[in-house]
Amino acid sequence: MTIHETELEIIEEFALFDDWMQRYEHIIDLGKSLPMINAEFKTENYIIKGCQSQVWLHATVNNNVIQFTADSDAIITKGLVALMIRVLNNQSATDVATAPLTFINKIGLTEHLSPTRANGLLAMVKQMKLYALSNSAK
Amino acid sequence: MTKTYNITSIRQDFPILTTQVYNKPLVYLDNGATTQKPQAVINSIVNYYSTLNSNVHRGVHSLSQQATTAFDVARTTVQQFINAQHAHEIIFTKGATDSINTVATSWGFTNLHKGDVVLVSLMEHHSNIVPWQMVCNATGAVLKYITLNADLTLNLDSLDELLAQGNVKLVAITHTSNVLGITNNIAHIVSKVHKNGSLLLVDGCQTPQHMQVDVQFLAIDFYVFSAHKLYGPTGVGILYGKENLLNAMPPYQGGGGMISTVSLDNGTTYATLPHKFEAGTPNIEGNIALGAAINYVQSIGIDAIQNYEHDLVVYAQQQLLQLPEIILYAPTADKAGVLSFNMNNNHPFDVGTLLDKQGVAVRTGHHCCQPLMQHLGVAGTVRASFALYNTIEEIDVFIGALKKTISMLS
Repeated sequence: MTIHETELEIIEEFALFDDWMQRYEHIIDLGKSLPMINAEFKTENYIIKGCQSQVWLHATVNNNVIQFTADSDAIITKGLVALMIRVLNNQSATDVATAPLTFINKIGLTEHLSPTRANGLLAMVKQMKLYALSNSAK
Repeated sequence: MTKTYNITSIRQDFPILTTQVYNKPLVYLDNGATTQKPQAVINSIVNYYSTLNSNVHRGVHSLSQQATTAFDVARTTVQQFINAQHAHEIIFTKGATDSINTVATSWGFTNLHKGDVVLVSLMEHHSNIVPWQMVCNATGAVLKYITLNADLTLNLDSLDELLAQGNVKLVAITHTSNVLGITNNIAHIVSKVHKNGSLLLVDGCQTPQHMQVDVQFLAIDFYVFSAHKLYGPTGVGILYGKENLLNAMPPYQGGGGMISTVSLDNGTTYATLPHKFEAGTPNIEGNIALGAAINYVQSIGIDAIQNYEHDLVVYAQQQLLQLPEIILYAPTADKAGVLSFNMNNNHPFDVGTLLDKQGVAVRTGHHCCQPLMQHLGVAGTVRASFALYNTIEEIDVFIGALKKTISMLS
């Protein structure tokens, strides 16, 4: 599945919900089901600090295919992180680096990607793309 | 005769309170960050620009004189509101942070030397810590802090011990904690501080909107607060200082409005109080609107507001204490306007986000009080803070939203 196809799948998934609380219930469930990050990566070296919640992110590249693992201390942030990983994992570094990632906007969660928000998500997306960019050149 | 507290009529004075968020009526419980503005304050700003706008002090023309008069009346309104002895002891600043920086810089650089001590407390806002760290670093003075008791009230024995260690030149302490809602006993503290020959600066950001403040009765040396937490506009703060102290301090900033004479050869002589500390064109409409905000508060009566809000806070606290998942901070202390809590081990960001989606505005995080958060052993808290227009029904909505949040996060 391409990045774009996964994004469409998520947009369809969120269209099923009538209200905000249902959407957030789903995000919380996604957060709870995100595979644990390896403990060795849950350290200062891998931290992306938001003002309030923070994210730990680790990435590997094999044959130009990226794998991210991540965690957050806030469950809603972790759910949003899970969505990002679902979209970007197993894609080529080049595709990750250039993905427009419009799904967050389309499912009504733009506020979480605003630079003034406190949850570290925007910084995480930047970090993911930066990592992909540095590996897509190789 | 006490007037009845007409909450319906009061709420109608605040146009923003009819706002809907996510198709739900807004329940605004972030008043500790900033309060909403009554129509009288909004009108004051509109009227200023519609009928009065002109620069103050230096004009010979009619408009400028009218603007200057309104500006001076606002200063007198503030003076009477906190019962300062003189209007010129009221300095208009751009916020309480600016007020503290004025004292830390102007008084601090003149009076602090190597080995001198400044005391703050563990419950201070960063605005009442960082300016003192900066001046202490630059002068070689030492910053020490007063600890808290187990119930999170100020440890007065700790204050006594620190004063007894000597060299304390100034104590800077909050009147009411923006995290805990605890109001410190300033009358008691000031007697200790003055007996020691030290000065007292009180951070009043969370106080005059909730209770009567009398700087002469309390004999406070410096008192600071901001207009926007008192139903006035942002960008306006007050520095009250005793006349003799302000007179002895050098200007904080140089510029227009704060001089008597300027000569390139012979230097500058400064204007008298309060102008010496008000360089540049001031926030004229903001200062006038602060006067309107104070008039509004006084039209209801600060004692009536205090009684009404006390009932709100007690009710909210009782409701919170019935929820076993809620950890309320300083549960036994009497509180003004503010309740801080956490929900088991859940992140405050998650709790705040889910409350927001149910129309309830609270603040989450460290509330600019990282030392206090470290003392509590948490990254942050959820803070509900109340104002004169909140209602018991809103607290019921808040508690209902909290119960839903608990069920979603557990």
